[in-house]
Amino acid sequence: MTDATTTRKRAAAAVTTAGEGGRAKRSPSPRSTRSVNWRMGLEIAVFVLPALVLFFMFVVWPMLRAVQFSVYRWKGFGPLTDFVGLRNYISVLTNDVFLGALGHNLFIVVASVAIQLPLGIAVALLLNRKMKFQGLLRTIVFIPYILAEVIAGVVWFQLLQPRYGVIDSILAGLGIQGPAQGFLGTPDLALWTVMVVLTWKYLGFAIILFLAGLQGVPQELDEAAQIDGASWWQTQRYITIPLLGPTLRTWAFLSMVGALQLFDMVWILTGGGPANATTTMATFLINEGTKRSNYGIAGAASVVLFVVALTMALLYQRFILSRDTADSDKRKVRR
Amino acid sequence: MTRALPKLTALVAGAALALSACGGTTEEATDGASAPASGGGDVTLTWWHNSNTGEGKDYYDKVAADFEAANPGVTIDVQAMQHEDMVTKLEAAWQSGDVPDIYMERGGGELADKVEAGLVKDLSEAAGETVEKLGGSVNGWTVDGKTYGLPFSMGVVGFWYNTELFEQAGITEAPTTMEDLYAAIDKLKAAGIDPISVGAGDKWPAAHYWYYFALRECSEEVLSDAVTSLDFTDQCFVRAGEDLAELVGKEPFNPGFLTTPAQSGPTSASGLLATRKVAMELAGHWEPGVMQGLTEDEQGLGEATGWFAFPEVEGGEGDQSAALGGGDAWAVPADAPDQAVDFVEYLLSDEIQKGFAELDMGLPTNPTASQYVADPALAKLLEVRDAAGYVQLYFDTAFGTSVGGAMNDEIALAFAGQATAQEIVDATQSAADAEK
Repeated sequence: MTDATTTRKRAAAAVTTAGEGGRAKRSPSPRSTRSVNWRMGLEIAVFVLPALVLFFMFVVWPMLRAVQFSVYRWKGFGPLTDFVGLRNYISVLTNDVFLGALGHNLFIVVASVAIQLPLGIAVALLLNRKMKFQGLLRTIVFIPYILAEVIAGVVWFQLLQPRYGVIDSILAGLGIQGPAQGFLGTPDLALWTVMVVLTWKYLGFAIILFLAGLQGVPQELDEAAQIDGASWWQTQRYITIPLLGPTLRTWAFLSMVGALQLFDMVWILTGGGPANATTTMATFLINEGTKRSNYGIAGAASVVLFVVALTMALLYQRFILSRDTADSDKRKVRR
Repeated sequence: MTRALPKLTALVAGAALALSACGGTTEEATDGASAPASGGGDVTLTWWHNSNTGEGKDYYDKVAADFEAANPGVTIDVQAMQHEDMVTKLEAAWQSGDVPDIYMERGGGELADKVEAGLVKDLSEAAGETVEKLGGSVNGWTVDGKTYGLPFSMGVVGFWYNTELFEQAGITEAPTTMEDLYAAIDKLKAAGIDPISVGAGDKWPAAHYWYYFALRECSEEVLSDAVTSLDFTDQCFVRAGEDLAELVGKEPFNPGFLTTPAQSGPTSASGLLATRKVAMELAGHWEPGVMQGLTEDEQGLGEATGWFAFPEVEGGEGDQSAALGGGDAWAVPADAPDQAVDFVEYLLSDEIQKGFAELDMGLPTNPTASQYVADPALAKLLEVRDAAGYVQLYFDTAFGTSVGGAMNDEIALAFAGQATAQEIVDATQSAADAEK
């Protein structure tokens, strides 16, 4: 126990020494620094190695294998012998279903932000006001998010059944007839229906994040604005929301990444159908890989998905999130 | 490990088996094989099967124990799994190369790929007697004239229907031609009953319609050529799509059929039939079992269960009695010990198939066992199977998952009115060309 604590303290000391030592050698003697460095290195290695091994086995290795598969024609057994170069990539990038899937992913990226951002802010602002049952309401709003994706999917699938489903029954009660093939079975409506379910599922997450962000907005600014005669709307518009910026940008980033990798909800609700109206890149690659045993094509599709997601993530980091990090750096400097 | 049986012993065992198999009875056969096996060290055979519940599981455990008793030195490691689990594990096993010594093989294009890679044992010689006994049933497991799997259960696809709803709509006889079927659809609609459920969300149930139209429109030669040459230029394939478009145009299907799953839950295609929401469904021999699992009383449609073969198509060049079907076979990886082949032959012996039939575990392929199938609907189906001009393996299985998948996807699009008859053929052809 004590040993561990001392080691940890030493490690902490070592980190500071090393950090400063990098720039200017202020430490008393170079030899002791070296031995501390060596010890620190060993310690880091011992602590990090298990995680690194797992990371390589389950993240890096599969990724490298996917890249390897993507340049072969491989049916799922036997050695990789049929090298085809970039042919799998060409066939993926000229495949109408894949391009459609990419389009659907991008639609969901945009629609998620466009729908959930205003809705999320509105609900978060409401729930941030002092009221009765505040805790209960917050919990209710958050419930869809903690439901398992598969369960939520199956529930919605049943609700949306044409004619026998609850939603169609309610509509019928109001004298409205639902679409003949159901909301999920009509190609023109299916993607929007999936979008509605996704909004229901993930809005709670946005709201919780925004609420957390709102706690960081200083009360004094609010009061100051009120004293200056700002209305509630003006206070929200010019003070609260701008200060919520970093939270909003982080949320939008998570939402974008999630939308690009969307799989489970679509798989359960429509399986990518009807008539490929709701395919995503992930359903495409599962379909090609595990269903059709075209592991090469699936590999290529997964690499494309990875590249698209990585590019968008990096661009977002560079142009949008960088504002937040740059801001905080500046603030630190000023202090 | 245990697979490293000395080659000579294996040869002797094979020869002894071949000799004793001529003797006829199972007992002799197993006795013959036991002598050299006991001299050549112990062998453990791994056997994966999917009868993982109730009587079926007990039966297979007993079968394995009997075989062990008759063959000293042979141990059988029986692993009963849920079907989907088994399929997934098998896929992984093929990828890693560690496949069980006796496994379930669906035949067709997937098998052909494995054969090409030299991964599956040729059974034509080693189990010649059994291959002969099974007759045409082994066609789906034959590649270039050699047999690589011995089917133990084979069913055909046809219409399962609710006799009460048919009666209610005033339909007195099961349809035998497409005209009859269309008349039945009209009567059902007039009576306010949804005529047919189809799990087009899973695609293959929808594809079965096109397969059957192709079976009716195309001659047997054209079809068997297509399986090997992957050439779909014959106009009969386009006509199959046109027949399908006509059927879809009558709007006989359950609302939302484009995303309806095949078998999962009460709102699936099978569920709708089982819960009496629709009058019929095109499905295989598994349907009664599936429906039983989807109803609270575990009876499915019970007494109201009826079955009729896919109707004839007027003017079609194909065999109007041909059936679409498929099944499961036992197969042995190329590097498995020869005792595995003995065991597969044992599994297909008269005695074991009789027990298999009596327990309603499937539709036996050994002709001597057909008489023991107890379920009346299954017995009727078996009659049709045995009377069929020929049984065509499901196209998606026959052509392999890659071509079959592309074909099924395009057929599902046709169900949505988004692909023409020609486009089905084109999509299939281009997937096939990518394979060549």
